Amino acid sequence: MSETSSALLREPWTDVTRQKEADSFGFWIFIASEVMFFGGLFLAYAVNHYLHPHAFKVAVQHTDITYGTINTALLMTSSFFMTAVVRGAPAQMRRTTLIGLSICAALGIVFLVVKGIEYREDISKGLVPGAGFPLEPQAAQIFFGLYWIMTGVHALHLFVGICLVLIIDTLVARRRLPLNSPTIEVVGLYWHFVDIIWMILYPLLYLLGRWS
Amino acid sequence: MTDITLDRLPHVEPHATYLTEGHTLASWLLTTDHKRIAILYALTITGFFFIGGLAISVVRLELLTPHASLVTDEEYNRLFTLHGIIMVWFFLVPSIPTTFGNFLLPLMIGAKDVAFPRLNLISWYIFVAAGAVTLYALISGGVNTGWTFYTPLSTFFANGNVILAAAGVFISGFSSIATGINFIATTHMLRAPGMHWTRLPLFVWAIYATSLVMVLATPVLAMSLLLIVAERWLGIPIFDPTTGGDPLLFQHMFWFYSHPAVYIMILPAMGVASEVLACFARRRVFGYTAMIFSLMAIAVIGFVVWGHHMFVAGQSPYANLIFSFLSFIVAVPSAIKVFNWTATLYKGSITLKAPLLYIMSFIGLFTIGGLTGLFLASVPVDIHVHATYFVVAHFHFIMVGGTVSAFFAALHFWWPKITGRMYPDAWARFGAMTTFLGFMVTFLPQFVMGYEGMPRRYHVYPAQFQPYHVISTAGAMILAVAYLLPLFYLTWSLRYGKSAGRNPWHATGLEWTTESPPPKENFEHTPIVTEDPYFYEYEQHGGDEA
Repeated sequence: MSETSSALLREPWTDVTRQKEADSFGFWIFIASEVMFFGGLFLAYAVNHYLHPHAFKVAVQHTDITYGTINTALLMTSSFFMTAVVRGAPAQMRRTTLIGLSICAALGIVFLVVKGIEYREDISKGLVPGAGFPLEPQAAQIFFGLYWIMTGVHALHLFVGICLVLIIDTLVARRRLPLNSPTIEVVGLYWHFVDIIWMILYPLLYLLGRWS
Repeated sequence: MTDITLDRLPHVEPHATYLTEGHTLASWLLTTDHKRIAILYALTITGFFFIGGLAISVVRLELLTPHASLVTDEEYNRLFTLHGIIMVWFFLVPSIPTTFGNFLLPLMIGAKDVAFPRLNLISWYIFVAAGAVTLYALISGGVNTGWTFYTPLSTFFANGNVILAAAGVFISGFSSIATGINFIATTHMLRAPGMHWTRLPLFVWAIYATSLVMVLATPVLAMSLLLIVAERWLGIPIFDPTTGGDPLLFQHMFWFYSHPAVYIMILPAMGVASEVLACFARRRVFGYTAMIFSLMAIAVIGFVVWGHHMFVAGQSPYANLIFSFLSFIVAVPSAIKVFNWTATLYKGSITLKAPLLYIMSFIGLFTIGGLTGLFLASVPVDIHVHATYFVVAHFHFIMVGGTVSAFFAALHFWWPKITGRMYPDAWARFGAMTTFLGFMVTFLPQFVMGYEGMPRRYHVYPAQFQPYHVISTAGAMILAVAYLLPLFYLTWSLRYGKSAGRNPWHATGLEWTTESPPPKENFEHTPIVTEDPYFYEYEQHGGDEA
């Protein structure tokens, strides 16, 4: 244990516990920054929803709630497995860690595939802002503008998350990353963050005003 | 002078420094030493400073005559946009934090390095890449939107490389955020034993406050630029008024970053001022705790004043009233700082060295900039002078008079620590005076012509404003000489300057307790801090210079 610990130690640290604390502290600050990044989008949504309540009500009925709900379920399930990884890894539960990471990556990939199918159907319905947009009033285009940007930026984040999960999965499998490495916790934080963003996007883009 | 150097030679023992830890290019480009990364940043932003300066020199020459004489309208617009974008994002925002912040933060808190040294190096590479992309965009096709990228000009009407320039600025944001995270984590986690929060030098507090703003404001700029690119490139209407979008929303998002960005630029300068004043007045900074609270108050309140940029943009009168009130509030902590700096000098034992001269001009110019900011925070006055040279003069007093003066003060104050050499102080004092003179001649007339109605960003203007423009351009030439001057005598000092010793100014602070230049690991032993900062009253005027 102490040997693995000293292998983890980097400059300028003299103490692994402190270094781990710093890694996760630094990452929390990064998440604060990410929250502000998405905050800009949420502001744009809030302002335009306020300006065009009717157009947003019309538009939200044209997103595909089936795909949206399936994807929500996928990500929530992946969060469960990520929690198992983040709790299991420091307790030296190797199998749990490896299987959990693989399932997370797989669920993330399925999410992107479902999203891709949904995008194709959206395009075939012409739900892309621009000339010939099928919905009235015009401001429905703003809703769909936000839909494409929000889901696109989220998908990009998820793609990065999947890559990170696959990398640490491989490194743990090859015993090149010790199970008590702070990297696993940090990737877990990122994964949960991306899930939580979806938890906000789902009601905004699929639920808000759909049945009213 | 030669005698002194000869006399001192036997006392100078060669030691391993961060500069002698490898002489290859790779040892610099792959370094994770915060001191070397600071040097890399310094060289890069110096390049950007002179590129941005060159662009505005052409603009100032053009403005000598009321009609177009040197460049076309389009070229003129591209030149001031280049100046704005380069100076804001590639000089002012990174200026003091990435150079002096990087170099000094670990030294001042008694650490070996920043919390994430590799991230520190990566952020420099991101910065260079962002700078290259932006510079290419600005020079190859040009951008004519001004640095503010206002919609719908930037999304529908502007010619040129708006998308690429926005992408470059977007990328530079990653560098800012990474640096901010690094500094926050370093300040929290790597302070030496005994270095309590209430013993931190004010420069560290300033860098800490700046980092908070960097981390929380930069992503909002990134999102607003992303939406601009989406609208211009993919036709996604968020701000387009013809589909019901709101151009004012862009201004809100843009200024939610860009107003706090002013504090990213000025807070580190305030930190430098406190360090330099205490040292050359031989006194503890007056109201140390109040200084900390005012730094943090500026960082926090700075987030809620952005609406004062939109008094005439169609914002509701209630919003105007609130933003006006909040903008007056943010002046209070800034004024506390000015009073405390002045009080630090009071009954001090003052030595007028170059760094102090730069800081004296910082205080004067910052005060003028701040007071004219109060004019602009008042809605009726702002309606009169909005988008005139009055505004241009105001923010140049803060950013150039404030930040750049403090940058030069820091350069002269810590040069002996960074290089181990002393520069000729007479030349430096001459440079400081010339800078102040050139600055005043350049920007004071701009207040007058702005008040009389000269709009900003105009290529041709009524002949009545010509005298002011001629004076302003003459001042800009003096300023150009003053900025080039240190390049010569500082470079000279690298080879011929006398050895500085550990603490040539007899200053307090951990950075002065180690060798100049410091060794790679900063300190032989981790220092243990037992006293409060700025313990000047009890200093015995000893040190290795006496």
